[in-house]
Amino acid sequence: MDLATTLTGFVALYIFMLAAFTGYEIIGRVPAILHTPLMSGSNFVHGIVVVGAMYALLNATSTVEQVIGFVGVLLGAGNAAGGYVVTERMLEMFKPSDKKRAGDQKKA
Amino acid sequence: MNLTPQFIIDASYFAAAFLFIYGLKRMSSPVTARSGIVVAGAGMLVAVLASFLYYFGVNDAALPHLSTNVVLALTALVIGTGWAWWSGKRVAMTAMPQMVALYNGMGGGAAAAIAAVELLRTNAVHQTIPLMLAIAGALIGSVSLSGSLIAWAKLDGRINGVWRMSGQQIFNGIVFLATLGVGIYIVFVAHGHAHPGVVAAFFIGALIFGVLMTMPIGGADMPVVISLYNAFTGLAVGFEGYVLQNPALMIAGMVVGSAGTLLTLLMAKAMNRSVSNVIFSNFGDAGGESQGEIKGSQKPAEAGDAAINMRYASKVIIAPGYGLAVAQAQHKLYEFVKLLTDAGVEVKFAIHPVAGRMPGHMNVLLAEAGVPYDMIYDLEDINGEFKEADVAIVIGANDTVNPAARTNKSSPIYGMPILNVDQAKQVYVVKRGQGKGYSGVENELFFADNCNLVYGDAQKVMVAMIQAVKSLEGGGH
Repeated sequence: MDLATTLTGFVALYIFMLAAFTGYEIIGRVPAILHTPLMSGSNFVHGIVVVGAMYALLNATSTVEQVIGFVGVLLGAGNAAGGYVVTERMLEMFKPSDKKRAGDQKKA
Repeated sequence: MNLTPQFIIDASYFAAAFLFIYGLKRMSSPVTARSGIVVAGAGMLVAVLASFLYYFGVNDAALPHLSTNVVLALTALVIGTGWAWWSGKRVAMTAMPQMVALYNGMGGGAAAAIAAVELLRTNAVHQTIPLMLAIAGALIGSVSLSGSLIAWAKLDGRINGVWRMSGQQIFNGIVFLATLGVGIYIVFVAHGHAHPGVVAAFFIGALIFGVLMTMPIGGADMPVVISLYNAFTGLAVGFEGYVLQNPALMIAGMVVGSAGTLLTLLMAKAMNRSVSNVIFSNFGDAGGESQGEIKGSQKPAEAGDAAINMRYASKVIIAPGYGLAVAQAQHKLYEFVKLLTDAGVEVKFAIHPVAGRMPGHMNVLLAEAGVPYDMIYDLEDINGEFKEADVAIVIGANDTVNPAARTNKSSPIYGMPILNVDQAKQVYVVKRGQGKGYSGVENELFFADNCNLVYGDAQKVMVAMIQAVKSLEGGGH
């Protein structure tokens, strides 16, 4: 394996710790109204796993590895795409209310 | 600094990590939320496109298979994306929670698949720490996969009721310990060179444990469980990111892992349940027989009478629940609310933290019907206002307005924060029949002196209410 980045030991621990605090801070101040969209949004973000599955599949050397890698990319792509569509549909509902009201008056 | 494929990959992952965090940050405010998902989506696109550059850096052993592997990767990407896009577009808003569960389970499965490829690479030299994280990620990802599938099937009505047996927790514990034991064997005894059968046994054990863990959990607790599995998948992705030395997976996975854990705690807190309570005990088990006799009787009311009463009230608070969404009545409700506000009535929506099936789910459903979000109030913000309200109307909600949570210590929902609708001068409850709530607890609110029940399908009741108010205005001329 020829990898330019080596993220082992304490470097990896720093990354994990800072990322964990980041996630905590993002959710900690969110109004309850956005909890479901944010759960869906974070569900989309871990769809990045598809990238890891692609790495595994491209480096596959046997049929078993190819099959598992294929399933991994399939599931990961589903996670990412499904998570995006569902989150976008939920957030589409959060239009500013003054625009909404103007639209409603037009209808009336 | 050469513009090598590896450099482009690294730079793209850096950009992706930034866009994910920035996107999530934008998603955390209602004003910027819609752009947040687009920002995060751009990050995903950049990362996936860059990953094709792995083409130039594969292991020598994989070179003969490279063209096949690329075709396989493209096929899997197209099928996975296409199916998820199609299913995500056509699912109803009320079914969103189970779709989130399904997509989340897929992510857990993908993380487990990465670990499986790594653990089956028996000719490679394995170091202990990556191996430990590969096993941990495999275990968590597999549990998230099978557990999320059960959660999806339950919320989608494909599996009904809960499945329990005596000594289940001991049995679950044995399965978990056995799986963990096999994992420890793979890492510390076989050093990653275990027989493929042993690796398979490990994954099967983890998958079975996910099923066993989720089956006994009742539907009311499912949102907490889905959120927990969301955090699980995040962790699994972060761990596999370490195994692959991929910073994008490490950062995105760990951000979601901690954000999901906090979200799970917030949700459990809103239901006054601890997370361990949700997983190891069962809703509705307690109580039942120990509940005291409820005095009074349920008094029915006509939809039209209730509507006219609200038309002449000065302040009305609406407490919607999942029953409203099931009846698809939110559009009709908003039509009715507009009639009231046009007549000068002050109308507010009171949202319990677990109204619907997840925190915020009801907000999404109301927003879909066009209700502006400044009419919608959280429990803490509105609970003091019920005293001043002339009418509180409960539509398709039950446990979230049950005063027993305040008073009856033997009730299984005791201590859960509730909407104080019983403090309004008049309470109307729109209900399909005389059934109990999701938790199986009788609701003494329905027997209170100031409470009347409007029986019927929520949508038909709302139509009747709209007609009553309109006919009033027509007759006025």
